[in-house]
Amino acid sequence: MGVAVETEAAVDRRGEIAAGLRDSLAAGLGMFPLGAAFGMLVVQAGLPWWVAPALSFTAYAGSLELLLVSMIVAAVPLATIALTTFLVNFRHVFYAFSFPLRAVRHRLAKAYSVYALTDEAYAITAASGEGWTAWRLLSMQVALQSYWVGGGLAGTAVASLMPGPIEGLEFALCALFVTLTLDAARSRAQVPSLLLAGLSFTVAILAVPEAALFAALVLFVVLLLVRYALGARRPREEADA
Amino acid sequence: MPETSYLVAVLAIVFAIDLALRAAPFAALRTLRESALVDRLALWMPVGILAILAAVTLRDSMGADPGTAVVALAAVGVTAAVHLWAGRRTLLSVGAGTLVYVLLVNADAAAAITGALPGAA
Repeated sequence: MGVAVETEAAVDRRGEIAAGLRDSLAAGLGMFPLGAAFGMLVVQAGLPWWVAPALSFTAYAGSLELLLVSMIVAAVPLATIALTTFLVNFRHVFYAFSFPLRAVRHRLAKAYSVYALTDEAYAITAASGEGWTAWRLLSMQVALQSYWVGGGLAGTAVASLMPGPIEGLEFALCALFVTLTLDAARSRAQVPSLLLAGLSFTVAILAVPEAALFAALVLFVVLLLVRYALGARRPREEADA
Repeated sequence: MPETSYLVAVLAIVFAIDLALRAAPFAALRTLRESALVDRLALWMPVGILAILAAVTLRDSMGADPGTAVVALAAVGVTAAVHLWAGRRTLLSVGAGTLVYVLLVNADAAAAITGALPGAA
């Protein structure tokens, strides 16, 4: 009896891990080449090769890592690095609202899941709704970090051999976010959020083009708070969720 | 080359701030689990955040010159079309869009180098 239950659980687990790996593949298409470009940049900037994997384990946020390479080369003061890290990665604060961390029970697994909560990991869960299990979520996140760290190491290895990375592969991340947006926007109930996001981005790109992501996210959250406040005055709308 | 002590300090600072930004909201939300506002935000935020990420990465892919901007918009069109008409297979849609972008960007660059596109950067 115990054996039968155990095998069933093992089959279940294998299925969930496979599902997590499948979820990660499209993101990997963008993350591996971008990681390779990052690895090449580290070596070409004259930094020791191990800085690439070290940043990918400590920062583990692509855009910030690319930024840090030039800051390290310029020997920017540590306080500036701290402030930049805070501002560039502040967006992660918003991801907790719908990231399915509840699915994870084990303490260490939970800690890893929070640590590895990147744009891509958030986006994959945001687009596919409920149904996340601990094994699926963790295998997806471990796979994503492997693509990124692996890409970085590959980049440092070939940096001296190649004139430069293949131009344009980083577009895969844009394509990924486009498909995930389409997946998340399937019902008409999502239209108001999309319009507010569009408005936020437009204002951000016009007002502060060099910090568009940060500004757009803050503005979007502010607009959602306004929307909530307006809705609360008309309690009838509560039923439309 | 920067000193190793500087590199280690950078790594430690970045790690601490990054982890705090990712973990603090979960701790804060635990006390707000019953909040209707948090429920609503969880429902409303994902699609908007995804759209903003898509828009920002698209802007980055469009680059500075108009030729690349057209290429990026075309590649987004291909990505969306393949996604909607080929059964929402993400890997296929992302692969098709990226292929179009890489081919066109490099064709553009090659043309610019040989001078076939007058005025191209």
